[in-house]
Amino acid sequence: MTTETAAEPGKRVQDERIYARPFISRMMSRPELGAISGAVILIVFFLLAASPQMFSLGGLFNWLEVCAQLGIIAIGACMLMIGGEFDLSIGSMIGFSSAILGILIVNGGLPPWLAILIAFSLAVGIGFIIGTIVVVTRLPSFIVTLAFLFLLRGAMLVSMRLFHGDTQVEGMANLKQTDFFAWLFGGDLFTMEATFVRGGRENIIEVGVPMSLVWLFVLAALATWVLTRTRPGNWIFAAGGAPNAARSVGVPVNAVKIALFMLTALCAAIFGAIQAFDGGAVDAARGNLKELEAIAASVIGGALLTGGYGSVIGACLGALIYGMVNLGFQYTTIDGDWYRVFLGGILLLAVAFNTYIRRRMTGGAE
Amino acid sequence: MTSSLRLMLSSAVAAGSLAVLAGGAAAETYIVITHTAGTDPFWPVVQRGAEDAAAAVGATMEYRHPSAGDLVEMGQLVEAAIQQNPDGIVVSIPDADILGGPIRAAVAAGIPVISINSGADVADSLGVLMHVGQPEYEAGLAGGERAKAEGVTKGLCLNQEAFNVALEQRCQGYADGLGLELNMIDVTNDPAEIKARTVAAVSSDESIDGLLATGPHVCEAAVQALTELGLNGQIHLGCFDLTPGVVQGIQNGDVAFAIDQQQYLQGYLPIIMLDLYNKYGLLPGADVPSGPGFVTTENAALVLDLAGTYR
Repeated sequence: MTTETAAEPGKRVQDERIYARPFISRMMSRPELGAISGAVILIVFFLLAASPQMFSLGGLFNWLEVCAQLGIIAIGACMLMIGGEFDLSIGSMIGFSSAILGILIVNGGLPPWLAILIAFSLAVGIGFIIGTIVVVTRLPSFIVTLAFLFLLRGAMLVSMRLFHGDTQVEGMANLKQTDFFAWLFGGDLFTMEATFVRGGRENIIEVGVPMSLVWLFVLAALATWVLTRTRPGNWIFAAGGAPNAARSVGVPVNAVKIALFMLTALCAAIFGAIQAFDGGAVDAARGNLKELEAIAASVIGGALLTGGYGSVIGACLGALIYGMVNLGFQYTTIDGDWYRVFLGGILLLAVAFNTYIRRRMTGGAE
Repeated sequence: MTSSLRLMLSSAVAAGSLAVLAGGAAAETYIVITHTAGTDPFWPVVQRGAEDAAAAVGATMEYRHPSAGDLVEMGQLVEAAIQQNPDGIVVSIPDADILGGPIRAAVAAGIPVISINSGADVADSLGVLMHVGQPEYEAGLAGGERAKAEGVTKGLCLNQEAFNVALEQRCQGYADGLGLELNMIDVTNDPAEIKARTVAAVSSDESIDGLLATGPHVCEAAVQALTELGLNGQIHLGCFDLTPGVVQGIQNGDVAFAIDQQQYLQGYLPIIMLDLYNKYGLLPGADVPSGPGFVTTENAALVLDLAGTYR
């Protein structure tokens, strides 16, 4: 029975399970494929159709900032979706945590680092509560986080009126120049000089590389590393793809899900801090509808609503596509309101394309 | 010490008897319903005005707004208010097609209704007693005329709520004041997007030399956008409504003027008028315009302390 293999002890037999798939085939089954091709097509489209100002230094970092901010919450939303849940409270969490931040600094007189620490801890704590409710009650995360969408927005408005008197907290405008921690979120990594020509007049302008881009790259790198190179990363895929099977092989599914809800809350708080320190103010509309944009970016980037599949890089590309379409239309002669129509189309196309790719990859199995 | 104690006691007794008196007269109940999902920094000032007025006349005031900013939901709030049979309803009318039905129903039920903020043009036809607000179109028109006088040849209106008829009227007024076609973009409520869209619009159309922001947070983001392009003070920027940030922009010379509709009055006056109407049948003979008032470098300092609370 074993004589054949025993006859040649020095030669390893190639296991047929680990054969090398051709490069093209591997690329064709990546979750990011749709988003990459979409982004390339859109860049070419806007290079041809939009005013060259869109890709000038100043124009570029302006709309990239919108993409970067969305990308930060899309990373959280995407990780959570891979883990099999999703979070509709992201937008309200942005509003709530930035309101707390603003109140603590403006009305409480706390130094920014302490206010950030408190606001972030609060956000992560609420993420823990949301996650715990979801895993303990086994209610769909749709309902639980919908409840927190209303709850947190209400809490934001009430606390603003109670502690500040009205729903616009101002007075942090200069902090990003004077305080390191405010700069860390709302400042510029460095600035470059560029010429901005308008009406035949040349202006020398300072183009800043916003810290939101740095946050995006750091978070995306960390999240990708965790997902693809570590054991908790495997747990996340397992918890979303087949939670019961995962449980029976000892994956701490509940803990994984709770941690992911804490992560989305943290991402929302980072988004909130970036906008609060960049503009120096917090108003009550902050973060409105951002949860749906984050989910849309994740889906465009290849994540599945049913969990177990997706990519953080894809979600960032989804955010890039969203921001580029959102603002690119403003640089064309087309009525800017068309962008929503266009985005809806892209979302549908992306889902259809991604589903097709995944079916191919899994050999037709659902 | 004993005298001060006696004073405190007597004043407590007096306050108690006052409360009994007020209770005996069955405190009036007024319901104030406004649009926008409580997210616009503008409305808390109206709410404060209504609260102060209710306290002044010893009435109960309930403030409501649709949780999602949906006008259909707002119509349902009006219908729900009718069921409570209050002594008066104060309502803003951003869209008469949607809110007309519920408001007529309230009037038919015999509830005195005063409209505020938007809806001056339809208030009469709906049977509303009177309107307290700033005629949006006229305010925009005044802004446009002023901008034209200050040298603007091509204006662009930055509108944060594409569905809000009142904001579009401001933009239309601005365009008419300049003597131009309506030129308006939807900038959303997100500060990063407002900034990026303003940068996009200004850099892709070189002929734009005037902007009108229809909200204070839009105004502040537009100042940031113009500053980034080195165009602050060069492109004329007019704004609607006041916050400390807007007033700061005026003082820095980045904002040419802000149009103040003095919305505290829109909260305060209707409660007082309803109270007088219910008690003595008194009613002013015409609608009361709460604005527009222009805030420029000349009166900015005066307004700064009150912005966001009473202005």
